[in-house]
Amino acid sequence: MFEISPAEWTAILLSLRVAVVATLVATPFGIALAWLLARREFWGKSILDALVHLPLVLPPVVTGYLLLLTLGRRGLVGAWLADNLGIVFAFRWTGAALACGVMSFPLLVRPIRLSIEAIDRRLEQASSTLGAAPWQVFATVTLPLALPGVLAGMVLGFAKAIGEFGATITFVSNIPGETQTISSAIYSLIQTPDGDNAAGRLVVVSTVIAMGALIASEWFARRATKRLHGN
Amino acid sequence: MLRVDVTKQLGEFSLEASFESQGRVTGLFGASGAGKTSLINMIAGLLRPDRGIIALDNETLDDTSAGVHVPPHRRRIGYVFQDARLFPHLDVRQNLDYGRRMNRLAEDQAQHARITDLLDIGHLLDRRPGQLSGGERQRVALGRALLSKPRLLLLDEPLGSLDESRKEEILPYLVRLRDEGIPMVYVSHDAAELRQLATQIVMLKRGRVTALGGVKVLT
Repeated sequence: MFEISPAEWTAILLSLRVAVVATLVATPFGIALAWLLARREFWGKSILDALVHLPLVLPPVVTGYLLLLTLGRRGLVGAWLADNLGIVFAFRWTGAALACGVMSFPLLVRPIRLSIEAIDRRLEQASSTLGAAPWQVFATVTLPLALPGVLAGMVLGFAKAIGEFGATITFVSNIPGETQTISSAIYSLIQTPDGDNAAGRLVVVSTVIAMGALIASEWFARRATKRLHGN
Repeated sequence: MLRVDVTKQLGEFSLEASFESQGRVTGLFGASGAGKTSLINMIAGLLRPDRGIIALDNETLDDTSAGVHVPPHRRRIGYVFQDARLFPHLDVRQNLDYGRRMNRLAEDQAQHARITDLLDIGHLLDRRPGQLSGGERQRVALGRALLSKPRLLLLDEPLGSLDESRKEEILPYLVRLRDEGIPMVYVSHDAAELRQLATQIVMLKRGRVTALGGVKVLT
């Protein structure tokens, strides 16, 4: 009964690829931004903070449409990228990864920010009196202590990315083999007269992936507390 | 030689301190809230004076009128904090090695062996800070600061968070350290402690230096 068809496999593997790429590319930016928000005071900080959280509160279709306007083939940035660098996001799986990265960004940043805020700054001071330059303090004290938070953020971001639907379908449409992720495949299947069984299988798969991600995230959070208490 | 002549406003509290010290162990004495920690944080470079000069062995570390501020990591001033501040994600061995790695110093087995012996921490090397007693933690913090090869060592109430019997446990190590010859600034509110360790006293009261001289100013 639970036989996954090649077309379904394509959607599952594409979803995994999109979510993995989105998470891996977004993570360095997420760490930089989380550090900035946790450790620095600057003009426009609350605006930046709001901007990071925007994809969480905007209707996903709005985010997708904004992406289309800016990064679509005729968008301001998109046209320039296509003409000068040959990079095209519209209707490509990379565009799906971009949409997923943007949508999952707030969920990625938050745990990282919280774990950086939880680090005792006096440890960073101690590190600098031992001769560590600011980047060494970050690399040897801040980042290792925040690592469980970074992993938790990555897991959450991944889970969000793999389930993303609205922004992705708006930005890159629903092309089997190129931009059709699990979510958009389910959407297509439930609009097809006898697609119920296939949709059901994909629902099970996406539930398993999401549950796995949540359990992993919980495990990382527990390790974080343990690590900060030095056991 | 250490020369300090600084002013700093911290909320309601104003600190105005000026002293010179030739002594091997300068005891910074005063009640809590006298500004001792702020003062050595300025010597370490963690806090910037509003105005003034800090110089060590003819090198200017801070000079606000010339816009000079050497950041903490370039001062080569070791700091032992009251609460040790060992890195919880590193074991004792890695904590001890930290300063050497950051300063890219060559490995010095002899120095490492001598200091672990001196402080009696050789048997703790594989433990995490969370598995150490308060006294052990403080000894590791001492070793960690010493192994970064500082030219001045700041100690901020290193016995402050320990009970009486633990203090008795650490004090002999501090005396041994003094005899090593590294110049130290030792902060304490305990006159008895300073009488045992210091060679020169700077007495601080509500942000002002009220007495300077040998240990007899403590009486």
